[in-house]
Amino acid sequence: MIKTIISEGLPVDEQLLIRKKVIQNGTGQKRICIVTGTHGDELEGQYVCFELIRRLNENIQFLDGTVEVYPALNPLGVDSVTRGIPTFDLDMNRIFPGDPNGHLIEHTAYEIIQDLRGADMVIDIHASNIFLREMMQARINVQMSKKLIPFANSLNIDFIWIHDAATVLESTLAHSLNAIKTPTIVVEMGIGMRITRDYGNRLVDGIFNMMKKMKMWSGPIANDISKPMLSTTGVVCFMNADVSGIIIPTVSHSVDVKKGDLLCQIVDPFEGVVLQNVLSPVDGVVFTLRTYPVVYEGSLIARIFSKTPCSESL
Amino acid sequence: MKQEVLFQMKSPYRDDFKIQGFRFGEGEKSVAIVGAMRGDEIQQQFTCSQVVKNLIELEKEGRILPGHEILVIPSANHFSMNINKRFWAMDNTDINRMFPGYDKGETTQRIAAALFDEVRGFKYGIQLASFYMPGEFIPHVRMMDTGFQNVKLAKKFGLPYVLVRKPKPYDTAVLNYNWQIFDTQAFSIYSGDTDTINKESAKIAWLSILRFLNSMKIIKKDMHDGFNSSVLHDHDLETIKSNQAGILYSQRGAKDEVKAGDLLAKILDPFTGAVRSEIHSPIDGTIFFAHDKPLIHQNTVMYRIVKF
Repeated sequence: MIKTIISEGLPVDEQLLIRKKVIQNGTGQKRICIVTGTHGDELEGQYVCFELIRRLNENIQFLDGTVEVYPALNPLGVDSVTRGIPTFDLDMNRIFPGDPNGHLIEHTAYEIIQDLRGADMVIDIHASNIFLREMMQARINVQMSKKLIPFANSLNIDFIWIHDAATVLESTLAHSLNAIKTPTIVVEMGIGMRITRDYGNRLVDGIFNMMKKMKMWSGPIANDISKPMLSTTGVVCFMNADVSGIIIPTVSHSVDVKKGDLLCQIVDPFEGVVLQNVLSPVDGVVFTLRTYPVVYEGSLIARIFSKTPCSESL
Repeated sequence: MKQEVLFQMKSPYRDDFKIQGFRFGEGEKSVAIVGAMRGDEIQQQFTCSQVVKNLIELEKEGRILPGHEILVIPSANHFSMNINKRFWAMDNTDINRMFPGYDKGETTQRIAAALFDEVRGFKYGIQLASFYMPGEFIPHVRMMDTGFQNVKLAKKFGLPYVLVRKPKPYDTAVLNYNWQIFDTQAFSIYSGDTDTINKESAKIAWLSILRFLNSMKIIKKDMHDGFNSSVLHDHDLETIKSNQAGILYSQRGAKDEVKAGDLLAKILDPFTGAVRSEIHSPIDGTIFFAHDKPLIHQNTVMYRIVKF
């Protein structure tokens, strides 16, 4: 069943429609929600929605509970290659928990929260942006970590990044839902405007594995669920560009690097000179890597998870 | 007046990005004034330029009082303004969601950090702000209810209204909030327009800033006291939302006084021109905010009216 949770008029002969697919079987009361498409340029979740629903449809007899799939919280953005909300020029993931008396988009955000409220688990799938490629990872606020890490461990991802309370953005969907005791995990994976099928399949395997642990799924599951690294067992090193220029990459994403390895060069094509050799400050794994070549001072180039402290750039 | 480059950054191919500051007087860090932080804040940039122009004249006439430093930053994002973008030219992030900034972080975090480093520590902070939704306002001073706000001071601007509102989750990363957290009395001035220049409302805004400086004995200028501002909270405003979508045919705008039952706008069918909805005022009052675009979505805020 496809259920419409928002239907509001647009100026000329069109409705703003936000819809979810509801798949229910058995007598179980557990409900999980898969949401994505908050940022219109993040499309990795589209494959997850397709594949999850496809597998559920073929094996519905094993489901005991409800799975709700929201492929596009920002349908105007997804359908127009726009990260934010077209016409409002706002980042939808900065207006939660919304406002029932506010503008259309604030009202919409409020209604989305009300619809998700009470779920036993919400997986909020993101795909970085057009600049950065991300390893499959869950992002969790430290205050919710005790409750959420066991679920994240089951999702077949590579990394769990626990954020300090001070760095948590309070206006996100995940924070707003966790604040009303609706457990929500943000999954970041891949890159904007593309679909990485392998990541999608892995996450779908992980969602079935999680459902099995929640006793919502009695069918077969993948037997090679990966055990993610936990950020609190090491440190996350941020590498930002010291200069503006063009990046020429040297390493691939998701690889192990040694301290001093060349990650990329920032060059000046006008002069034919290298402006910065970007070297790894630690031994570790590159879990975020910039793919978009143009950088300004400060642009994020890479994030490396390491068991040793980050030293100053080499 | 000393014109200084407060922050400079190279771009791969564009000219260098610079934040320019205009410093007046010497002594106590009295007032920092920030204009456009978004590329569409042309009214805010214009207003700030007029503040600079007035302060240059006052300085020449010796009417900036001794012991006070005033810093004016008319633009912190002309890289976006020059190419008709609202947010940061490269990654579309909003500088006014990055405070207090981080000097080792992403580009707009660094810009926010550099800007905040310059404007932090002033006794008063004034931002020429724009609203995040399209519309026209009555000129007013806006303050966040952080517990540090001083409404009496806000009334010194002499604008018709002072609006005190509860912070929303995203507010913790805006300039005004961070100013207050770091002991600056912060005020946001809304002059009513954003991407077009309305000289009349801009003049109200720049005169209100001069009036505040005069009242705080930072400058000496003969001017009238302005309005005895009414102090509003969110609950003093009646919100009227659209019950239909379509072409908006507004009949009343910001500043208009209305009576209960007055026709405010019609929403028209975009194909036939038929009237889909007539929007009437539910109360007597003054229109504080009016949606001012020709198309209207359903269930969005059209008007906010101050109750009499």
